Amino acid sequence: MIAEKQYIELYEQCRGMINEHSAALLNEPREQAYNDFCHLGFPTQKLERYKYTNVAEAFAPDYGLNLQHIDIPVNPYEVFRCDVPNLSTSLYFVVNDRFYDKVLPKASLPDGVLVMSLAEAAIKYPHLIEGRYGRLARSSKDGLNALNTMFCQDGLFIYVPRNTIVERPLQIINILRADVDLMVNRRVLIVVENGADVKLLFCDHAIDDHQFLATQVSEVYVGENAHLELYELEETHVKSHRFANMYVDQQRSSTTTIDNLTLHNGMTRNRTDVTLSGEYAETKMYGCVVADKQQHVDNNTLIDHRVPNCQSTELYKYVLDGEALGAFAGRVLVREGAQKTTSQETNANLVATDTARMYTQPMLEIYADDVKCSHGSTVGQLNEQALFYMRQRGIPLDEARMLLKFAFVGEVLDSIRLEPLRDRLHYLVEKRFRGQTMEQREQCQIHSSIAESRERKTEGQLSKCEGCKLCK
Amino acid sequence: MLEIRDLHASINGKEILKGINLTVNDGEVHALMGQNGAGKSTLSNIIVGHPAYEVTQGSIMFNGQDLLAMAPEERAHAGIFLSFQQPVEIPGVSMNNFMRAALNAKRKAQGLEPIPATEFLKLMRERRRIVELDSKLANRSVNEGFSGGEKKRNEIFQMAMLEPTFTILDETDSGLDVDALRIVAEGFNKLRKPETSALVITHYQRLLDYLKPDIIHVLINGQIVHTGGPEVATMIENEGFDQFVKES
Repeated sequence: MIAEKQYIELYEQCRGMINEHSAALLNEPREQAYNDFCHLGFPTQKLERYKYTNVAEAFAPDYGLNLQHIDIPVNPYEVFRCDVPNLSTSLYFVVNDRFYDKVLPKASLPDGVLVMSLAEAAIKYPHLIEGRYGRLARSSKDGLNALNTMFCQDGLFIYVPRNTIVERPLQIINILRADVDLMVNRRVLIVVENGADVKLLFCDHAIDDHQFLATQVSEVYVGENAHLELYELEETHVKSHRFANMYVDQQRSSTTTIDNLTLHNGMTRNRTDVTLSGEYAETKMYGCVVADKQQHVDNNTLIDHRVPNCQSTELYKYVLDGEALGAFAGRVLVREGAQKTTSQETNANLVATDTARMYTQPMLEIYADDVKCSHGSTVGQLNEQALFYMRQRGIPLDEARMLLKFAFVGEVLDSIRLEPLRDRLHYLVEKRFRGQTMEQREQCQIHSSIAESRERKTEGQLSKCEGCKLCK
Repeated sequence: MLEIRDLHASINGKEILKGINLTVNDGEVHALMGQNGAGKSTLSNIIVGHPAYEVTQGSIMFNGQDLLAMAPEERAHAGIFLSFQQPVEIPGVSMNNFMRAALNAKRKAQGLEPIPATEFLKLMRERRRIVELDSKLANRSVNEGFSGGEKKRNEIFQMAMLEPTFTILDETDSGLDVDALRIVAEGFNKLRKPETSALVITHYQRLLDYLKPDIIHVLINGQIVHTGGPEVATMIENEGFDQFVKES
């Protein structure tokens, strides 16, 4: 419990300050979370769901925390110009763990839709938060949930009332910004009520050349007949560590699409748990990982079929280069009585170098006798014959490799239903693969963006993140 | 154009080519005939630089350049094209992107700018007609789900796009019905120019009836044992390869 010690001590010393800069509803479960964390500690690699990531090691360094919520004097809207003509979204920012509300998008949301600070919502709309906050993400079940609940002071709240259709996708840009190595504990609560429909796009960026450690716990409630599309795109940098736990609860006849894309990162651990609580609900879960250098991406999912007649599809694809480490463990659980379940789980991986490693573990656990379920995984290399064919046509080896990798993840990108986003992501992924070729010439786009950000910082401005091409 | 001198080559330590000498001049079409396993495909693979084959002795000069010192893509840029015996399927890579990448790589090697999009599409349309290739195929992934005939037509289509100076047809006639064979052969003939040359590998006379090669070589057991005019094809058609086996 060495890595835990500093967090336990920090909490004991600062609980007053933490509470002071948060809201009562968020403070309520804090002590219990503290007890849970003292008891659980960080998840160890002996736990089945944390086999591939050494959590304690990532949390061992001494990170700064902004517990007093000292304001960062920036206006992200001034530096992030969203002028992509086809991808018209309502754009919001979360800087570290705080919702940026000094300027808000002009386009108004349908009546009753809320996109706001979680702490503020806990004060203004306690009835919407109570009974939901901490119900899916139990601090007693996971040390990271406990840590996040202990320290989180704010985050994001999205609420879509009954039968409300939000036409324009909501785009939320999470920015990691600091002048020292920083730890951020962000909390997200999403409520999509019965019959509502919303599309969310989260983009994670880190804009300063510091070590970042971000924990994020999201709880997502999808009501009866509600539809949610949730896209998450991580484009941070090699010094970022992301630990994200997402819990989704789906009611009868609801549909959810979750697309998780990791294009640039340092260490990433995504846990995604979906519970199908109502019959005829449908879940589609997709993931795409592009990693090289010493990047680490661990996706761990659970789809829990609790009731009959639900459907789930899962497809994760990884392309690993350099000395990257990828892990995918996906468990599909079909509980007793969950008859007529259909489920398909696929994980396909391309390991392009001898030094990259992939761990894959598709799991299917069935306690009902009338179901249609399949699962499978592959790990392979680039097709040598195809490479030679392309070279014979004059396509240089690097380019041929890029085309094959791009083709490989294309299947996941094509699953994106928002057409402008799909086109944009095709472009970003291609650029990412081309970036690797560039890096061989010591000219990585992230490096240059950091250099750029340093230059801009001298002007006392929030620097523009090269990663946020979605808004350029 | 192409000058092969005393070429010895092996794969996995097994010697396949045992001293090939072959000269192809500008504008000539040569045919290479021989039994299965004689080394025909090995020779074509070595000319285009397939990494699985090892050249143990000899040289290949192409327009004065040492071909064996060049990467496969450099050989392509220099004007060498192989119509594969078994074209590879590349799922997820569209014909359009593939062709654009190939064409632009060649242009880059020549110091030219990438081809403008409209010009590229126009060229694709125009060249498709040469082999009567369905426009739908162009929007699909490279060779994926193509029939045997479509794959071969697609090879000639790519040749039409890239305009090589030296083309190797490696059993382009295999697996083709008579109509497809005619389309492929006529397509090839339309693309011939006084300065372009070709090496045609085949078992049968039918393709050669269309292509009318100037010179025919017979390859037996890794060596060229006989070289002659168009009449060689008729000799093989009538009496098989045995006559040359005895000769060697």
